[in-house]
Amino acid sequence: MPDATFLDSTELVLNMGPQHPSTHGVLRVILKLDGEKVLGTDCVIGYLHRGVEKIAENRTYAQFNPYVDRMDYVAAISNGLGYCLAVEKLLNVEAPERAQCVRVILTELNRIASHLLWLGTHALDIGAITPVFYCMREREEALKIFEKYCGARLTTHAFRIGGLIYETYDGFEKDINNFCDMFLPKVDEYAELLTGNRIWIGRLKGVGVLTADECKEYGVTGPVLRAAGVKWDLRKAQPYSGYQKYEFDIPTCETGDTYDRYLVRMEEMRQSVRIMRQAVASIPEGPIMGKVPKVIKPPIGEAYVSIEAPKGELGYYVVSDGSTQPYRLRVRPPSFVNLQALDRMVAGGLVADVVAIIGTIDIVLGEVDR
Amino acid sequence: MAATPWESELASELKAHFGERISGTSTYLGQNFIVAKPEAAVPILEYLKLESGFDYLVDLTAVDWPKRAERFDLIYIVYSFARNERVRIKTNIPDGFKPHSAVDVHRTANWLEREVFDMFGIEFAGHPDLRRILLPEEWQGYPLRKDYGILQQDDRWVQENLGIESGQ
Repeated sequence: MPDATFLDSTELVLNMGPQHPSTHGVLRVILKLDGEKVLGTDCVIGYLHRGVEKIAENRTYAQFNPYVDRMDYVAAISNGLGYCLAVEKLLNVEAPERAQCVRVILTELNRIASHLLWLGTHALDIGAITPVFYCMREREEALKIFEKYCGARLTTHAFRIGGLIYETYDGFEKDINNFCDMFLPKVDEYAELLTGNRIWIGRLKGVGVLTADECKEYGVTGPVLRAAGVKWDLRKAQPYSGYQKYEFDIPTCETGDTYDRYLVRMEEMRQSVRIMRQAVASIPEGPIMGKVPKVIKPPIGEAYVSIEAPKGELGYYVVSDGSTQPYRLRVRPPSFVNLQALDRMVAGGLVADVVAIIGTIDIVLGEVDR
Repeated sequence: MAATPWESELASELKAHFGERISGTSTYLGQNFIVAKPEAAVPILEYLKLESGFDYLVDLTAVDWPKRAERFDLIYIVYSFARNERVRIKTNIPDGFKPHSAVDVHRTANWLEREVFDMFGIEFAGHPDLRRILLPEEWQGYPLRKDYGILQQDDRWVQENLGIESGQ
């Protein structure tokens, strides 16, 4: 931010956060304003920095597994999946089919839980109080399944390198099917509350437009990219964990504004249900753990593996020096990269839109700061 | 299993265009990477973006090898939506070398380079806004360097700003 800011009487610098309810954590945004109009922003991040990448270098591969849950803590299972896949790639092993199938089910359930939290808080930011209660109610059902499966609700540590450690519990399939049956009408219920709502449309339409080219320029992925009309989803583009076996659509929109991103995420929840239904109907028999040595020592080399997390492309770049600990582990967090586009999205908009736009990028500060 | 040479149209095209500046193209575990001279990294990124459609800079990071003369690996990962293909570009740079910033080619590089600067102390020449990003601006030391201990911290900063003896 230039020093001359305070000298110019038409410009005002407004500090938003780090303790601000609509920044979804500890994000500080310094806004440069001309009246109600936003001229520019400066994000101050790092309040939640725990040095995850440094910790990784000082833990064994298995010991580091629970740490990844603490990055995007509302989608811990996706984080775990990405990490396990990356280490499996280095080891050149694959999880057994049964494990892959259960992984898909839990990951999709987690995607729904993550999107529900986004929807609830996003609506709350805009001023719609009701949806957050409904969203939390349904999210609770998803968390209960996680709890029944592995004992934890949020930071689940559900997967292990090479497969799963827990067999599915009795009635797992029934719980998933019940959840799917219960959940689909609920999505329509949220849509009924919001999609045609005049205030909702007024606050979201045309706000924070990010075109497809801008998305690529800023490396923005996930629902934000799809809302801009790019039909790209890593589950389809470079399938992992058996996603190629399931039929589902990639929802896209055209204009890339906040309303489109809302529509894309709503449809993604429906598609996740579709995937879960197919997967749960076809869980193969067999082992849940692959042939992985007790002491994990990947050969010297490096690999970059990425998955479609609820927020975008989540990548792990792991360098092995042949020892039991990663020589270097880099996390490519979707939230961090997507947040960079905030400046472009809010420029020229109103102060009130900043809240809507931060909500629509769907960031989790644990992942931004790592 | 070791890395094997990567033979493809793109690889030979790049080698023909950049000649000596590319020291090798390899593939490991099905992932392709180019090892290039530090000054060639940004031109390669630009060439890939304009000529081959690699329009998405996925990640930019570094690895510290303190025993090596050229201490750091600088890694660029690019992806092409049109080809559905990922390529890594790897360069080796000595401590103190200032690689050219990739911000002019990919805007994504802005924060990614700031993070590399923050964690490794690699300065990027021509970066528009090279400040620390995750750590406080006055922090001393670069945590992801191998000689930075896991329990190490900037004691002075902690004492001055947090009013406690130690954060450990």
